[in-house]
Amino acid sequence: MSAALALADDALVLSHRLGEWAGHAPVLEEEVALANIALDLLGQARSLYSLVGDEDELAYLREERAFRNVQLVEQPNGDFAHTFARQLYFSAYQLPLYRALAATDSDLAPLAAKAAKEVEYHLDHARTWTLRLGDGTEESHARMQRACTALWKFTGELFQPVEGLEADPAALEAEWLVDIREVLERATLTLPDGPRLGGWAAGAGRQGLHTEPFGRMLAEMQHLHRSHPGATW
Amino acid sequence: MTAVAGGTSAAEGAGSGEDAFLAAFDAAVAAEERIEPRDWMPDAYRATLVRQMAQHAHSEIIGMQPEANWITRAPSLRRKAILMAKVQDEAGHGLYLYSATETLGTGRDELLDKLHAGRQKYSSIFNYPTLTWADVGAIGWLVDGAAITNQVPLCRCSYGPYARAMIRICKEESFHQRQGFELLLALSEGTPEQHAMAQDAVDRWWWPSLMMFGPPDGESAHSAQSTAWKIKRFSNDELRQRFVDICVPQAEALGLTLPDPDLRWNEEKGGHDFGTVDWSEFQAVLKGNGPCNEERITQRRRAHEDGAWVRDAAAAYAAKQAAGSDEKAVAA
Repeated sequence: MSAALALADDALVLSHRLGEWAGHAPVLEEEVALANIALDLLGQARSLYSLVGDEDELAYLREERAFRNVQLVEQPNGDFAHTFARQLYFSAYQLPLYRALAATDSDLAPLAAKAAKEVEYHLDHARTWTLRLGDGTEESHARMQRACTALWKFTGELFQPVEGLEADPAALEAEWLVDIREVLERATLTLPDGPRLGGWAAGAGRQGLHTEPFGRMLAEMQHLHRSHPGATW
Repeated sequence: MTAVAGGTSAAEGAGSGEDAFLAAFDAAVAAEERIEPRDWMPDAYRATLVRQMAQHAHSEIIGMQPEANWITRAPSLRRKAILMAKVQDEAGHGLYLYSATETLGTGRDELLDKLHAGRQKYSSIFNYPTLTWADVGAIGWLVDGAAITNQVPLCRCSYGPYARAMIRICKEESFHQRQGFELLLALSEGTPEQHAMAQDAVDRWWWPSLMMFGPPDGESAHSAQSTAWKIKRFSNDELRQRFVDICVPQAEALGLTLPDPDLRWNEEKGGHDFGTVDWSEFQAVLKGNGPCNEERITQRRRAHEDGAWVRDAAAAYAAKQAAGSDEKAVAA
């Protein structure tokens, strides 16, 4: 079931990136919040993998070209603004998607219904930081604008059709754009106007074509597991 | 505690009035009543609590680092989830403890500044590196085990906010401790390489864990006064002995050995005899010369400094929102 695998990879990879923040957040409350979101996403990944096969085999023994996550989630954390621009774009995609899936009678429906509640919180948190940073100080505004613009080219891929996914990508994309336009405007930020798809560099994660930082991320994530073939932990 | 409630101002605490407050304070402590934030308390009692509670809070925060070091490399998704949840709990414990410390009239920012400036300490154990995955298990089993042995008596500490924080924290810590034990058990019963990894971790963490109980009773600067105030309930050596006696059968159950040739059951005292802790190492680590002192404090400072613009943004945004709602109020 390729749709479950794609969504699982999204959740796993973003969870991993957020896990890198542990011990580095700007305030203690964000240590808690970032870990919380990372844990929710890891939980989603595990449930989705269980529909496909063995979670650890899928996470630890596939190579870069076999991962189906969108390129957006594998982007390095950058600064706090970069992390939250990524989170805003992704959560605003995940929420309507999970809501749509929850309303179907697919295998994903029960899981999507549970996950939608978590993502509602993630999106709320990402919106809050987008407002604070966008409409905070001159520096935070500049950083947030830079982050939103830098990640823009990875957002078109979110709405490419995925085999077996019972959701209308065009409708999701329309909803996403309205949502993002509204929050960026309130945050005094400019909606980026660059292309959201196209070119080699952006938009092929679902086909297993990833960006360069992803290989290093996987090397770190998989190293220990791969060093002890067949071991249980 | 109600006997001395209300007598909180410094002006009232002068002369013979102070003697009456002190007598009431002593009586409340003797009667096992809780001292609460608005109650009168001796300045030295307040200072001791601030020192101990801040150090405790800082330890939770610095203690995230050695474990977070393995989040991105955890060898299974289940272990990764457990570890993330644990590190998240530690941040939460830090938050409880800073709040509890703030009831004594200080602020979190001030406490963090002191940590960053090296003027307040954190537990020496977190200056040791996590070199393998098994270290995560050894920290759970031994370090959290020692922390619980230390902290359970603090649930009855005379200062109410501290005691209540410890009740909440100990519940979660016990859970982490069991998870650490279970992690080590999986390794110990796994492949020969995994077993060796577990044994190596226990070998490296055993003695530093014993140091967590502090210097021997004869050399503990704060013990007598803290015991009299019922902040401390048992001596360092008593707690250390209790911990060793708990760990020996657990090590057997794990199929691992403890790195102490002098460790043996003493029928007469009903406890284990054990070798001498290397107190020179303890002192070196306390003075800042442990394996990771520099890295730990540098990472903490950097997280704080790198995050300054984020905190500034949040404050500026909050101020704008407040000003905006004032304008609306005026308009309405």
